[in-house]
Amino acid sequence: MADIPSDAPEHCPGTASAQAGKGSACQGCPNQTACALGTPRAPDPAVEEIKQKMSAVKHKVLVLSGKGGVGKSTFSAHLAHGLAGDESKEIALLDVDICGPSIPRIMGLEGEQVHQSGSGWSPVYVEDNLAVMSIGFLLSSPDDAVIWRGPKKNGMIKQFLRDVDWGEVDYLIVDTPPGTSDEHLSVVQYLSGTHIDGAVLLTTPQEVSLQDVRKEIAFCRKVNLPIIGVVENMSGFVCPKCKNNSQIFPPTTGGAEKMCKELNIPLLGKVPLDPRIGKSCDEGKSFLSEVPDSAATAAYRSIIHSIKEYCASHNLQTEMIE
Amino acid sequence: MNGVAGRAGSEDKWNSSMASEEGKGNLALVQHIVLVLSGKGGVGKSTITTELALALRHAGKKVGILDVDLCGPSIPHMLNVRSKHVHQCDAGWVPVYANPEQTIAVMSIGFLLENPDDAVVWRGPKKTALIKQFVSDVAWGKLDYLIVDTPPGTSDEHLAVVESLRGHGVEGAVLVTTPQAVSTGDVRREITFCKKTGLRILGIVENMSGFACPHCSECTNIFSKGGGEELAKQTGVPFLGCVPLDPQLSSSLEEGGDFIQAFPLSATFSAINEIVQKVMSGAAVRQ
Repeated sequence: MADIPSDAPEHCPGTASAQAGKGSACQGCPNQTACALGTPRAPDPAVEEIKQKMSAVKHKVLVLSGKGGVGKSTFSAHLAHGLAGDESKEIALLDVDICGPSIPRIMGLEGEQVHQSGSGWSPVYVEDNLAVMSIGFLLSSPDDAVIWRGPKKNGMIKQFLRDVDWGEVDYLIVDTPPGTSDEHLSVVQYLSGTHIDGAVLLTTPQEVSLQDVRKEIAFCRKVNLPIIGVVENMSGFVCPKCKNNSQIFPPTTGGAEKMCKELNIPLLGKVPLDPRIGKSCDEGKSFLSEVPDSAATAAYRSIIHSIKEYCASHNLQTEMIE
Repeated sequence: MNGVAGRAGSEDKWNSSMASEEGKGNLALVQHIVLVLSGKGGVGKSTITTELALALRHAGKKVGILDVDLCGPSIPHMLNVRSKHVHQCDAGWVPVYANPEQTIAVMSIGFLLENPDDAVVWRGPKKTALIKQFVSDVAWGKLDYLIVDTPPGTSDEHLAVVESLRGHGVEGAVLVTTPQAVSTGDVRREITFCKKTGLRILGIVENMSGFACPHCSECTNIFSKGGGEELAKQTGVPFLGCVPLDPQLSSSLEEGGDFIQAFPLSATFSAINEIVQKVMSGAAVRQ
């Protein structure tokens, strides 16, 4: 079945099949209508529009994890803060977790609203060089639930990528929900016309989390998304009283270190559990500037440095190819 | 992923099996159905589901667990049934039993994957179709409790479960949160979801609430403290109890062991036990 596009959903019947656009696998596929009409496959026009928009963005980094609650948003926020420490760089942080947006609170932007301008939606600025966009800014109350099925979430993500007026940006960081479903496929498909630097995968040390992250790695390989590396979060806890280290989430199968070795993926670093991280997030402050001398801050800084280097060398490579 | 297609059958077969909706079908002998929900990921939904099931089993009940987290199923690992497979019988799919007495029955997409690392890269409609099939086609037999473990969020999976279980008399939902504001913020949204879909809330569980250092017994609130209780008060929802962070509990789940049998003297055990009692009496009120 050579007529199945490489980015098609699972069990795509093929664009030339009699079932094209009609099977249950077709529902929610951006190309469904085109297939059902029998017209030749044309990419969603949004892909081209997004390509135009993204030409002003130098580096695009996705933050992924198969598992929920491992620290994707915490990491995304601190990656943004860390990169924005260099005032000559413009940073954009996009939260595509539609049902559970955490970024507004972690960035201290709860209750902020997005404004419409001639050139699109204006993001909310934390600092002069750090812009944020999340569905949280579009909700009228913190109790509002976004009870949306896949296609509606995809439409929102399309708008986020196409209609937000970021301006010239050095780094766009995309924070995602857990899983390997609509949001992830949409981000990758809508950005398919542009160049994504790669994905940072977050995990905690236990096997229960690693097994989901392996699935996410399989996803990345399936959609040809380069993996920058893995970050092991909540890695050990040092008691503030007796200074003994406890493994609250024990790495029974060797943790991220062993998984990375087995799958030949770089391990970017380990961030220990620190109650002050959660506290900073709840208060909407940057842990990096709140507690600059902690072990966790040092771990964050070194990971951010590795990501910067990866993006820089990556840029060089693509320039040489071009 | 061809494995799922092979075992689950073609789509036509899915549709025909869904058409056989005479009365309550395979759920006719299920006494109580309880959902475990949370807007937030990684707060312990699967942990609480597993411990609820184990505690109910120790109370002499027959329990079923339906894991509808299709992209990240954790239940097979936590009950140490990872490599098991689902078989077909006349009434539908035979669930996997987690103990020889067959008092814990489990159904999860994990049993349908050829390779445990396979990613289930499905959009919403396909997930909805499989969940409908899980609800209608699993031959649970006689159960005292069916516990449904869900993924984070308020989207396709949740709507599919609530819709397909309508008419089967769902007792209500147990909401799990961790104490930080970042987590309770998402659980607020889940409460709105429950209200909008007419789902009764049995109560809120505050998980990962404080960590007692095993070396010096100093209690550190790694993810803050009291957030779940506060949320319950604010929203007028019953509070079921706090479960502390406990490395013994995490290890037990990693190894697929029975925490309730292994550590009957721990503080975590009594916390879980209290929650189970409340869920059981909450479910009984309805009867």
